[in-house]
Amino acid sequence: MTDVENTSQFESTATGGMPADVMLRVENLVKEFPINRGIFLKRKVGAVQAVSDITFEIKRGETLGLVGESGCGKSTTARSILRLLEPTSGDVWFQSETDDEGEPTEAINIATANKDTLREMRREMQIVFQDPYASLNPRMTVAGIISEPLLVHGMGNQQERIERVKELLKVVGLSPEHANRYPHEFSGGQRQRIGIARALALNPKMIVLDEPVSALDVSIQAQVLNLLDDLQSELGLTYLFIAHDLSVVRHISDRVGVMYLGRMVELADRDALYDEPMHPYTHALLSAVPIPDPELERNRQRVILEGDIPSPANPPPGCRFHTRCPIAQAPGICSEVVPEFREMTPDHFVACHFPEVKKLF
Amino acid sequence: MTEPLLSVKDLRTYFSTEEGIVRAVDGISFDLMPGERLGVVGESGSGKSVTAMSIMRLVEPPAGEIVTGTVTYHGRNLLAITEDEMRAVRGGQIAMIFQDPMTSLNPVYTVGDQLIETIMLHQDVNKRDARNVAAQALSDVQIPNAADRLDDYPHQFSGGMRQRVMIAMGLSCNPEVLIADEPTTALDVTTQAQIMDLMLRLAADRGTAVILITHDLGVVAGFCDNVQVMYAGGIVERGSNDDIFYRPQHPYTWGLLGSMTRLDEEQQVRLHSIRGAPPSVIDLPDGCRFRPRCDFATDRCAQELPLLRKIEGRGEVACHHAEELDLEITRAVGAAG
Repeated sequence: MTDVENTSQFESTATGGMPADVMLRVENLVKEFPINRGIFLKRKVGAVQAVSDITFEIKRGETLGLVGESGCGKSTTARSILRLLEPTSGDVWFQSETDDEGEPTEAINIATANKDTLREMRREMQIVFQDPYASLNPRMTVAGIISEPLLVHGMGNQQERIERVKELLKVVGLSPEHANRYPHEFSGGQRQRIGIARALALNPKMIVLDEPVSALDVSIQAQVLNLLDDLQSELGLTYLFIAHDLSVVRHISDRVGVMYLGRMVELADRDALYDEPMHPYTHALLSAVPIPDPELERNRQRVILEGDIPSPANPPPGCRFHTRCPIAQAPGICSEVVPEFREMTPDHFVACHFPEVKKLF
Repeated sequence: MTEPLLSVKDLRTYFSTEEGIVRAVDGISFDLMPGERLGVVGESGSGKSVTAMSIMRLVEPPAGEIVTGTVTYHGRNLLAITEDEMRAVRGGQIAMIFQDPMTSLNPVYTVGDQLIETIMLHQDVNKRDARNVAAQALSDVQIPNAADRLDDYPHQFSGGMRQRVMIAMGLSCNPEVLIADEPTTALDVTTQAQIMDLMLRLAADRGTAVILITHDLGVVAGFCDNVQVMYAGGIVERGSNDDIFYRPQHPYTWGLLGSMTRLDEEQQVRLHSIRGAPPSVIDLPDGCRFRPRCDFATDRCAQELPLLRKIEGRGEVACHHAEELDLEITRAVGAAG
């Protein structure tokens, strides 16, 4: 047995090889959903490649925002990272801790980890879902919902768990008396706080937030965003924040990745991405977002895209954006060659044959 | 002074539910001028959609009832005319676009059938001419191969295309008033930009007055001339776009603007959130409805419901303390100049 252990340890450290400040590294992640025909004899007739060959890192203590429109694969990416969906190929290296000297420790590959390792990993990485109505079991009390992760991981006795629930309710801005109520007694914003409390129950290092404020009204959205900010600074959390709202993502993120049709098209520090975007899709996306300022809106130049997002079951060859791109050379390099995801300036990655900085406001 | 095109007076629409009477719209009055683009903003449950449904007389008894009020349009009270007369107005002179383009089109009829039906109902044309009008309407909203696409069913269109079809249908009879209820909420942001751009152009070209109902202040900033802000069934503030965005007077409007994340936000500022949640419209607080969440509330606010009143050099506001409050907008670009 010693041999086996040694080998596995050797493999993970060698292949992971992550610097100490990186918590998660996603390498060449691919997720395909098969398209089946037939009821009894299911034949696979094709595949939707929801996520195609994505690579990025999340640093310890930062918030990485992932934006894109519906069908771009951002939620699939999040779920594949947690292995709520089985990745088709690629690696997801997770290094929850550093050793006492702050040196890198052994990283695990979530994409290939066995059940026991996954279970361990899930104590460190939790998720908050979009819909606060569908993601809480209506037949469980708030105490039941929040303490379930503790129960599953066999932590504490009943008294300790109840204490922990009360503490968590306070942390997310609810009152401990709420513990014995049911989800339907709460508003959308309060439910999302319950979802956050559940995610915090096991003291995770990282939380994946999948559109956590999209279903909420503006005034409530601001409360939840402020709460997430506070929790991050108090608990030193690392966030992967998925959203379609570019203003929310700018507010909360340190770095931002933009996805289009299963691919990452641009990734940079938040100000670099918003102030000096290089990919034509990012230009269009940013110019489309309305700003609550009439003067600014009157003088704004919009890049209005033609047409709709193509079907991910049959993505365009070459650059997937070339069918709608205002500067594409198609037929030509853009419709033939998949653009490489390259580092144009330090820490600013773009997948475009003709990247160009454009100021939008 | 020009006569208002549409004038709503003291409109109250209530719904009876098991838990009690829901006062969804509770005494609102406003005018829509010819060619005006009016934004109605508010959060869920503020009564903005019910306002639109009431004007169109789409509130179904026995659940919902327009308790009091008048909607004057060309000298007639739309709430008092017969259903047949109303049917001629609805879709013909006042058209409406709904939020969800999937459920507002009938899936078993072609898009052409549905457009032609509307056109033939309101215009004196035969079927062939109606088909030409329909094809023109689709091409006006920039649907490629419009004439061929008339024979397609709604599911053959994407979400953005379906919303274009809805706009084509709404505008096919050249209405004087278009009521758009969250027309882009279900759409992605690049599609939203396409649709708002299109609506702005069509409305401006034809001089159509538009009531745009939305929760998104950003969309209003680029589209509307005037805005009214609704909270818990009432209008709390009304003014020009510049009034609302640069000189808000109601603590709710101010809080709403401070709650918004902005695309052009340079530093990571802390959002000014409004505490608590909107009240239940079944059990409204006495006095000012915003009082329980307001940082500036006084005893007077608990007793007396503030009425909408004009403030010199600014818009109208329903707040007892509008003159004393100094609500500074720190983040808006235009506010500096």
